[in-house]
Amino acid sequence: MTNASTTREPAIRVQGMEKSYKELHVLRGVDFDVAPGTIFALLGSNGAGKTTVVKILSTLLSPDAGTATVNGFDVVAHPLRVRESISLTGQFAAVDEILSGRENLVLVARLRHLKDPGQVADDLLARFNLSDAASRKVSTYSGGMRRRLDIAMSLIGKPEVIFLDEPTTGLDPEARIEVWQVIQELANQGTTVLLTTQYLDEAEQLADRIAILHEGHIIANGTLAELKQLLPPAKVEYIEKQPTLEDIFLALVGNEGKVASSKDQS
Amino acid sequence: MSTHFFGDTAVLLGRSMRHIFRSVDTIITTAITPIALMLLFVYVFGGAIKTGTENYVNYLLPGIMLIAIASGIAYTAVRLFTDMKSGIFERFHSMPIARSSVLWAHVLTSLVANGLSLVIIVLVALLMGFRTSANLLAWLAIVGILALFTLALTWLAIIAGLTAKSVDGAGGFSYPLIFLPFISSAFVPTATMPGPVRAFAENQPVTSIVNTIQDLFEQRPIGSDIWVALAWCLGILVLAYFFATAAYRRKIS
Repeated sequence: MTNASTTREPAIRVQGMEKSYKELHVLRGVDFDVAPGTIFALLGSNGAGKTTVVKILSTLLSPDAGTATVNGFDVVAHPLRVRESISLTGQFAAVDEILSGRENLVLVARLRHLKDPGQVADDLLARFNLSDAASRKVSTYSGGMRRRLDIAMSLIGKPEVIFLDEPTTGLDPEARIEVWQVIQELANQGTTVLLTTQYLDEAEQLADRIAILHEGHIIANGTLAELKQLLPPAKVEYIEKQPTLEDIFLALVGNEGKVASSKDQS
Repeated sequence: MSTHFFGDTAVLLGRSMRHIFRSVDTIITTAITPIALMLLFVYVFGGAIKTGTENYVNYLLPGIMLIAIASGIAYTAVRLFTDMKSGIFERFHSMPIARSSVLWAHVLTSLVANGLSLVIIVLVALLMGFRTSANLLAWLAIVGILALFTLALTWLAIIAGLTAKSVDGAGGFSYPLIFLPFISSAFVPTATMPGPVRAFAENQPVTSIVNTIQDLFEQRPIGSDIWVALAWCLGILVLAYFFATAAYRRKIS
C-alpha cells in the first residue's frame, strides 16, 4: 500500500535514545524497531517515559542522545519529512472544544493541504459514526465520541505511522472496545501503529509486539507468546471461571462479543 | 520557514476567529469596563476635572481606548494558554505546517478582536458627545498607532500565555498595564500632579500615545510626542517579540 510497507526497512527504528528533564534521567538508552503495518505496544507504568518516547518520535521533543527514524527519516535531521509521515493522538484528546466535529476535521484537512476538506470530513464522520453529531460543538460530546473524533483527525492525509498515547485512558468499556476496533482496522489497512498503554489487556488484545519500558530501558520486547515464555511454563489447574466485572458490565448493557468480533474481522 | 506560512496562518486565524464569534462575550467584556469608566469619569468626576478642553469625552477617549487594549490582550494570553493545555498545540506541532503560524494566528486574532472592541467604544463615545475634526489622514494615523500599541502588548501577552503556570497567571499579567493610563495624561493633565508622580506620568509610554491621539483628534499640530510614542511601541514590540519567540523555541524544542 505504501512504500514503507513494501520495503523491509522498519517503520520506526529507535537506537540508544536518551532523554533527561533536568536531573531526571527518564530514558537511559531505549532501542526498538517496529515493522511496517504492525501494532506495537509500549507498556509501562506512569512516569516510565512512554510519552517522552512518543514526543521524540513525533518531533515535539529532541532526544539528548541516540537516533530515531520514522518512515526512514531521522527525527532530528528531517523533522518536516517525519511530520508528513505521521500523526499523533496525544494523551489528552487534541480536539477543539469550541468548533463542531466537522469543523475540527476540516481544520486538520486544510492544514494538511488536502484538495477537498469538506469531503474528507464527511467521509470520516460517516466512518466513525459521528455524522449525527457533525455540527454539534465538541464540548457537548461524550468521552468516547471525543476520542473517536480525535483519532479520525489523526487519520486525515493517510499518515503511514500513527502514534496513540494512551488512547483509551478515561474511556468506559464500550468506548474502549470501539477504539480497539478502529486501531485494528488501521493495522489491517497497512498503517503502522505505535500505542502506549498501562492496561495490560489492551496490549494483549491489540499488539503484534509488546515492549515493556521500565526505568529508562526496554526490559522485554516480543510477541505475547514470546513474553509468556519468559515465565515458567503454565501449570494446569482447574479453577471455577468467574466472570470479570467487565464481562458482567458488557453482558448487561448488551455488547457481549464485541471484542471477539473485533478480533474476527482481522 | 515553510512555503505554507501564509495559508496555514489564514486557516488558523479562521479557527481563532470562530472562537471569538462564538464567545462574543469576550469582545463585550473587553469593551464594557472601559465604557463604564468613561461614563463614570464623564458624568461623575468630569465636572470637577479641568482639562482646558470644552469636551471632556474628547479628552478622555484616547486613554479609554488604551485601557481597552490592555485588558483585551489578556484574552490572547488565555486563549494561547488554553490551546497549549488542551493538546491541540501538540497536534498542530506534529503536523507538517509552518510552526510560527500557530503564534501568528493568535497575534492577528488579537488585532481583530481589539479592533472590534475599539469600534464599540468609539460608537458609545459618539453617543456621549465625542466629536472630532480629524480628517482621513489623521484617522489613519490614529488607527496605525493603536494597531502598533496592540501588536506590542499582544506579543507581551504571548510571553505570558507561553510561560504561565495557570490560566489566572496567563490573564493576570495585564492588570498593571490596565493601571498605567491612570498615572498618565489620560484622565487629567499631568501638570496637576505632584513632582515624582508627574515625572513618572510624563515619561511612561501611555502619556505620549495619549497626547498624540488627542492632538490628532483635535487636528492640532503634533509635537515630538508622536516620535516618543512610536519609539515606545516599537521598543516594546521588538523586545516582546524577541522574548516571546525565545520562550516559544524553548517550549517546542
